Amino acid sequence: MTATIGAPVERVEGRAKVTGAARYTAEIAADRLAYAVLVGARVASGRVSSIDTRAAEHAPGVLAVLTHLNLARVAAVPNLFPSLFGRAAPGETFFPMQTDVVHYAGQPVAMVIASSLERAQHAATLLRIEYESAPPITTVEQGRTRAYEPSRIFGGLIPGRTVRGDVEAALARAELRIDATFRMAANHHNPIEPSATTAFWEDGRLMLHDATQGITATQMTVAAFLGLSPADVRVRTQFVGGGFGCKAMIWPHVTLAALAARHVGRPVRLALTREQMFTSCGHREEQEQRVVLGATRDGRLTAIRHHKLSPTSEFDDWAEPSLGSSELAYSCPNYEGVYRLFRSNTMTPTFTRGPGESTGMFALECAMDELASALGIDPLELRLRNHADADPSGKPWSSKSLKECYQLGADRFGWAQRNPAPRSQGDGRWLIGSGVATATYPVPALPHLQAQRARARLYADGSAIVECATQEFGTGAATAMAQVAADTLGIPFERVRFVYGDTDLPNSAAAVGSAGAGMLSSAVYAATSALRDQLVQLAIADAESPLHGAEPAAVDVKDGRLTRRDQPDRSEAYGDLLQRHSMRDAEAVGTWIPTGWDTGYAMTTFGVQFAEVAVDAELGLVRVRRLLGVFAPGRVLNPRTARSQLMGGMLWGLGQALLEGTLMDVRTGRCGLVLF
Amino acid sequence: MRPVSYARATSVAEAIAALRAHPDAAFLAGGTTEIDLLRLDVVRPNALVDINALPLSRIEDLADGGLRIGALARMSDVAEAPAVVERFPMLMQALLLGASAQLRNMATIGGNLLQRVRCSYFRDVASPCNKREPGTGCSALDGINRGHAVLGTSDHCIATHPSDLAVALIALDAVVRTEGPRGARAFPIDEFFLLPRDTPHLEHPTEHGELVVAVDVPAAPIARRSLYAKVRDRESYEFALASVAAAMDVQGGVIRAARVALGGVATKPWRARRAEQILVGAPAQRDTYARAAREELASARPRQLNAFKVELAQRAIVRALETLAETGGPQ
Ligand SMILES: Cc1cc2nc3c(=O)[nH]c(=O)nc-3n(C[C@H](O)[C@H](O)[C@H](O)COP(=O)(O)OP(=O)(O)OC[C@H]3O[C@@H](n4cnc5c(N)ncnc54)[C@H](O)[C@@H]3O)c2cc1C
Ligand code: SF4
Repeated sequence: MTATIGAPVERVEGRAKVTGAARYTAEIAADRLAYAVLVGARVASGRVSSIDTRAAEHAPGVLAVLTHLNLARVAAVPNLFPSLFGRAAPGETFFPMQTDVVHYAGQPVAMVIASSLERAQHAATLLRIEYESAPPITTVEQGRTRAYEPSRIFGGLIPGRTVRGDVEAALARAELRIDATFRMAANHHNPIEPSATTAFWEDGRLMLHDATQGITATQMTVAAFLGLSPADVRVRTQFVGGGFGCKAMIWPHVTLAALAARHVGRPVRLALTREQMFTSCGHREEQEQRVVLGATRDGRLTAIRHHKLSPTSEFDDWAEPSLGSSELAYSCPNYEGVYRLFRSNTMTPTFTRGPGESTGMFALECAMDELASALGIDPLELRLRNHADADPSGKPWSSKSLKECYQLGADRFGWAQRNPAPRSQGDGRWLIGSGVATATYPVPALPHLQAQRARARLYADGSAIVECATQEFGTGAATAMAQVAADTLGIPFERVRFVYGDTDLPNSAAAVGSAGAGMLSSAVYAATSALRDQLVQLAIADAESPLHGAEPAAVDVKDGRLTRRDQPDRSEAYGDLLQRHSMRDAEAVGTWIPTGWDTGYAMTTFGVQFAEVAVDAELGLVRVRRLLGVFAPGRVLNPRTARSQLMGGMLWGLGQALLEGTLMDVRTGRCGLVLF
Repeated sequence: MRPVSYARATSVAEAIAALRAHPDAAFLAGGTTEIDLLRLDVVRPNALVDINALPLSRIEDLADGGLRIGALARMSDVAEAPAVVERFPMLMQALLLGASAQLRNMATIGGNLLQRVRCSYFRDVASPCNKREPGTGCSALDGINRGHAVLGTSDHCIATHPSDLAVALIALDAVVRTEGPRGARAFPIDEFFLLPRDTPHLEHPTEHGELVVAVDVPAAPIARRSLYAKVRDRESYEFALASVAAAMDVQGGVIRAARVALGGVATKPWRARRAEQILVGAPAQRDTYARAAREELASARPRQLNAFKVELAQRAIVRALETLAETGGPQ
């Protein structure tokens, strides 16, 4: 049997997904299911001055109309803290429908619950809601003059200002300076499955089905809002149709669904509409980034100043951490990163695929190209000259193959064959250009990470179940975890069933920050290793076992058997061992304690992207002809799913660079207007 | 709840009668516009009369060498019809550059001509919109109007007519045939689309219950070498920022005849008659095309976000005509 880790195993849930057998949150059946429809504020700033609910209440099938006047108050509003850490993780520290205040367009101001979705939707149109409104502030242009420097951003995890050396002095001395400003549109995630929650109460316990990247985050957050113990909240999810960050934090609609179910005493489903996906679960904020580079004539960076200005909500200091990459992407003695925020009539922004890195590296790498052009140095060569052999604090990298990525990419792309002079390459009416950019992504070795747990059980017939309170939102995690378990236990991949999607299983954190596979596989590895060790111990202590008396380290597990490495004929199947001991199965829980900061190594993923782009200058057309990415992401569990992840990232980057942007009507602060 | 009844008509007369019986009923063809708008509450029919069973999907030759395209012919079928491919390439291209393969398999020719505008405010019932609710105002005038029209606009509506097909048909002098309470009628296609003026809710000269049964495309030898060029943000599944349907007959370096129509920039499919006047009799060269384009766009009235269209449309015209000249013009 060959190892499955590193093999391109097909997704275990692939067939269910493509045949439609997969059941998503909004499809969960429940007896006497009622449907909730949210009504969002039509203004972006002000207050609800009156709501006439009478017609809606009398519409057929309506069970309740909830507004700030009659919705139960939440017990507490937990602090905003990224869901990676396993605590309560509200997307924003504001809970709607507690007072009449309106902070942003689309903020829930009423909820209609009825016996069918259509009835709830219809009744919602019968509400008469009046507002007192003030002109909203929503854009960088409007907010520029009110900006402040926050002490910390991102749930308090990242300082508002990071300084190394003396940027001012270095820039003054620099032989060459580049000063470039970049404006970036807001982005919304819009996965194919809109967010949804189905809630019901059973024996005093709140049962939730939630489309989430973190069932345990949903559990902890809703428990905090409702003043319940986590033991009284069970969250399940089987399939999640993508997240890209909008299901990484727990947004108000989840708790609202629970409140609705309690109010009507029936199961309630609350599914967001596509339009509501623009105003209910965060977004990447609009932003302006300024990069100032100082360099020597021979192309060594002497200073990097990277500032960012962006809108946040009226209640949280949130900016995606766009400046972290430029702190370590290149070797540079002087660095200054400063976030500036202003309060605006938007909801709190949130993680959005490549949160921070995608925008920050875009700005830095465009500035690097400007520098290369000003110096007359090949852009790839400029990057090589500034390669960081260690992280800014001098710590060695746990692994770094960026130079190999540059080399391999340049060879495959044919970088050396291009003519670097602008407008020198063409094809008919098309002008053809090519470009290169470094990619970085941090490994979240942060303090506060919680223990990750999994449980593994091996049956006497050689099959195994591995359990963990995680969720699969399209990344391939369920497949990769079964691979890890199969190899560690020494059984075929097909004999492992990975069970997940239920908070009653052993704890794991939300799958965010590209940390899911790393954290989860460590827990699965811990559990399956513990189980294997237990079985090895059983065998070597057993006088009837062919392995009796062997050194534990000298026992291999393979093909469902325990075997002495030095004497392969001394071997027995797991099943024989268990049966002899009258054991139906053996089970172990494994815990992985995240290592935190002090590994002695700096951990970052590196890569490089090359692009060939054709432009029709007369008609303003842009066509990307080739996109090549080369990445050194560490150990790859499954190249098939890893490749999809990387391709997905490249495609999102393509859209983000060329066309993507959320349209907002600045007069009303509304976005998500219907286009198709 | 707003109940909607559904019935499938088995004859043209029955379909017309069904609509006459309900002042708020609507025809349902491919449904790719109607169902979306119904779900968005933008249109609120109380009865849908499905016309898909009517015998109106044929593509027939007319005696003069033209074509009669049934109103229920699917976009994909028309684009593949050999007569269209050979005689009217601009029509084929306009169809293939519209929507997506799935939509084209479903969408009909009649439905395409009668599709509604893609203005975000028209499709968002919470926004004021003169076309959806006369007299409420036009949200697009000072709102998100990058996709909006610069030609044929009024202070009451600036929504772009979205159809690609109609642009080619207007260049080809097509005729829209209808049957309705007043019997059979025929409209030159230019008259089938109304300018918004101060009545943007009135889009066609037809009356309630009048069914489009066919579109006649008269013979046009000039169209054998014609093209439809569409400039858009994405190369698939996207409406035009500017599009040009063009055909040109050049002999001895002089333009003998020309057809030019514009899409993506006007409130109705736009026949560029001023440009055609300048082209005919002038030398087939870039500055002629540029002058024709400039004069055609002289009356453009841009708003904040769509001013680029005035220039883009001109460049698209020049490009289309240059391409035609390079490939030799009609034979
Ligand atoms: C995502 C998307 C992208 C698109 N992109 C493009 C594009 O790039 N270019 C383009 O040109 N179009 C585009 N379209 C529009 C598409 O072409 C139209 O929706 C389609 O042609 C409508 O035809 P249908 O048969 O589905 O009409 P339906 O939706 O059935 O009907 C549309 C309207 O016409 C009326 N109607 C239909 N048939 C008749 C008839 N015979 N007589 C009288 N009234 C009738 C209906 O009552 C209704 O009001 C796009 C649509 C979508 C959804
Ligand atoms: S442009 Fe026309 S369709 Fe759009 S909002 Fe104005 S009136 Fe309505």
